[in-house]
Amino acid sequence: MNETPLIPAGVKRCSKWQFSLWMAVVTAVLLWGVYAMYLIWYKGLNQTNMNDAYGFALWIWADLAVIALGGGAFFSGFLTYIVGKNELKNIINLAVVIGFICYSSALLILAIDIGQPLRGWFIFWHANVHSMLTEVAFCLSCYFAVLTIEFIPLILENPKLDKKPFWHHLSHNMHGIMAIFAATGVFLSFFHQGSLGGVAGVLYGRPFAFREHIFIWPFTFFLFTWSAAAYGPCFTILVTKITEMITRKKLVKDSAIHLFAKISGWMIITYIIAKSIDTIYWAFVTAPGMGFTLMDFYASSTYNIGLLFAEIVICGFIPGLILITKRGRENSFLLMSAIILGVIGVSLNRWVMVLQVMAVPVFSFNEWYTYMPSWQEVATTVLPVAYGLIVISLAHRYLPVFPQEKELNPID
Amino acid sequence: MKDKNAKRYGMVIDLDKCTGCGSCMVGCYSENNVPFKADETNKLDSINWIRVYKITNNKTYPNTEVCYLPMPCMQCDGAHEGHSPCVSVCPAVATDYDYDTGIVSQIYTRCFGCRYCMAACPYHARKFNWWDPVWPADMEKYLSPNVSPRMRGVVEKCSFCFHRYQLARDKAYLEKREELEENEYQTACAEACPTGAITFGDLNNKHHAVYKLKNSPRAFRLLERLNTNPKVYYLTSKSWVRKAGDNYLAHEEPTKIKNNIKEHH
Repeated sequence: MNETPLIPAGVKRCSKWQFSLWMAVVTAVLLWGVYAMYLIWYKGLNQTNMNDAYGFALWIWADLAVIALGGGAFFSGFLTYIVGKNELKNIINLAVVIGFICYSSALLILAIDIGQPLRGWFIFWHANVHSMLTEVAFCLSCYFAVLTIEFIPLILENPKLDKKPFWHHLSHNMHGIMAIFAATGVFLSFFHQGSLGGVAGVLYGRPFAFREHIFIWPFTFFLFTWSAAAYGPCFTILVTKITEMITRKKLVKDSAIHLFAKISGWMIITYIIAKSIDTIYWAFVTAPGMGFTLMDFYASSTYNIGLLFAEIVICGFIPGLILITKRGRENSFLLMSAIILGVIGVSLNRWVMVLQVMAVPVFSFNEWYTYMPSWQEVATTVLPVAYGLIVISLAHRYLPVFPQEKELNPID
Repeated sequence: MKDKNAKRYGMVIDLDKCTGCGSCMVGCYSENNVPFKADETNKLDSINWIRVYKITNNKTYPNTEVCYLPMPCMQCDGAHEGHSPCVSVCPAVATDYDYDTGIVSQIYTRCFGCRYCMAACPYHARKFNWWDPVWPADMEKYLSPNVSPRMRGVVEKCSFCFHRYQLARDKAYLEKREELEENEYQTACAEACPTGAITFGDLNNKHHAVYKLKNSPRAFRLLERLNTNPKVYYLTSKSWVRKAGDNYLAHEEPTKIKNNIKEHH
């Protein structure tokens, strides 16, 4: 059934024409984003609808969201190589591909989001060690390098490349030492996921964002790492399910999916309890100390208390409870509902920790600030989605991403 | 390293005297080469280093009262000196705290435009150059040679006319003096104010007017409860103005709130 020697043996893929048509559509979307990116780099950030009150907006949310959703990579690496959950080897390749897409996208968005892109390297050269953003930049870049290293052996498993002894042995040897990179990835992820939480938590001039500290780290530091480990797997499972739906075949055995979902469920439940405690402390101690009540932060029609309820209950406790129960995990409707709610939940958390921070007025005589992204901002945020679809499509077609695919879908 | 003779420059703005004429803003624009747009309707992307806000007591006529509140950069000290909200977050040390003067600087050629400092500043004192500065015909010839114009994509803010401090220091050095007289270093906004509402000087120097004024019972600072520790003080005899300067729970009275953060001397 192989059309080209590039496709792994023993698996079935759609026709070249079908694939080309799909790639053309996604590439068109990608080019729209590239055009918007060109406009922003050429004409400046006046192409956006950001302003002096809304200095952080859609892009920073996108950054935080993709990094949280890509958290499945470091957490599955931790579970597989450090804890020893070998069952997850059947899904870890996809988690690495997703992580690679998410982190490369985050770096690209950061490069678009700065006023002087050619000075981007200043963050490394003139680093302020007290800034959370510096820690983000360093750990994010290093972890992206780790993800690239983790992705390379999978690329080398392409049948055409695997035929060459050098690439074959390199891939084999890289697999052998992958535990070291997985451990490095976990270490780096702990810090950059945390630093992203710290970016908002240290803003003591912004009562909506500010949180109490443990040493130099605000509570959001720990909550962001925890939530990325909790919800990242939901996104990995969601992408697996979408891929299975599109390719119309089972790619990962339920045992791996259910194990990953169960661990994710317990992480979500423990995270959301910690998040609730943090919210209560913030609402009843931190904010009143600054002269604010909880409802002052939710006094807008857009940013109302429903958001907090949605984040903690609908997208927190509910998916967590579904995923920790055997019946919930094994019911495909409930499983899908839980992972979708989980993905929405973590994205919502990142949204409020960026956009609501900017919207809440700090002075009693100021109004709530509003913001609607420009088409250039939307296009450059869609760009990574299109890029991700292209990378996943190529990876699925030409690489053995799912080790159980042959067994689950035998062909004559 | 902090010098034992270090200054702590600050400002006291008497809101009872401010008429909202905007001279401080005009003086600042021309002194610091602050760029402006052809259409300044949208104030959210205008650049101004000092902005006069108009606030009211939210009462209907005939009980309506209005107060004009000029707001430059507060030059915050933070919980410990140098821990200003913006300085601590800048990833590239493009904004720095000068321990000799207490002034928070902005290094335009170091700033790469991440805008984290803007997110950190509760006073909205920091402005981003969304466009390249464009000056009307021939106006470039009248720009101040002492202040570098800023380029697109960087953040700028009030510097307490730091170039004036440098010029005054140079003059004192040539005259073999260590100390500056109070009137040798004054900001453009303080000089431009026709009612004398803005007073500038060393908050630690007993001989400077600001020292006495900041200890007035009418004195308060904006958003003190956030522990930003600003070096801009305000004077008002109106309780509603004082209340508008910070956030209070329903049962709280501004004069009875104790602040955790003390000034640095």
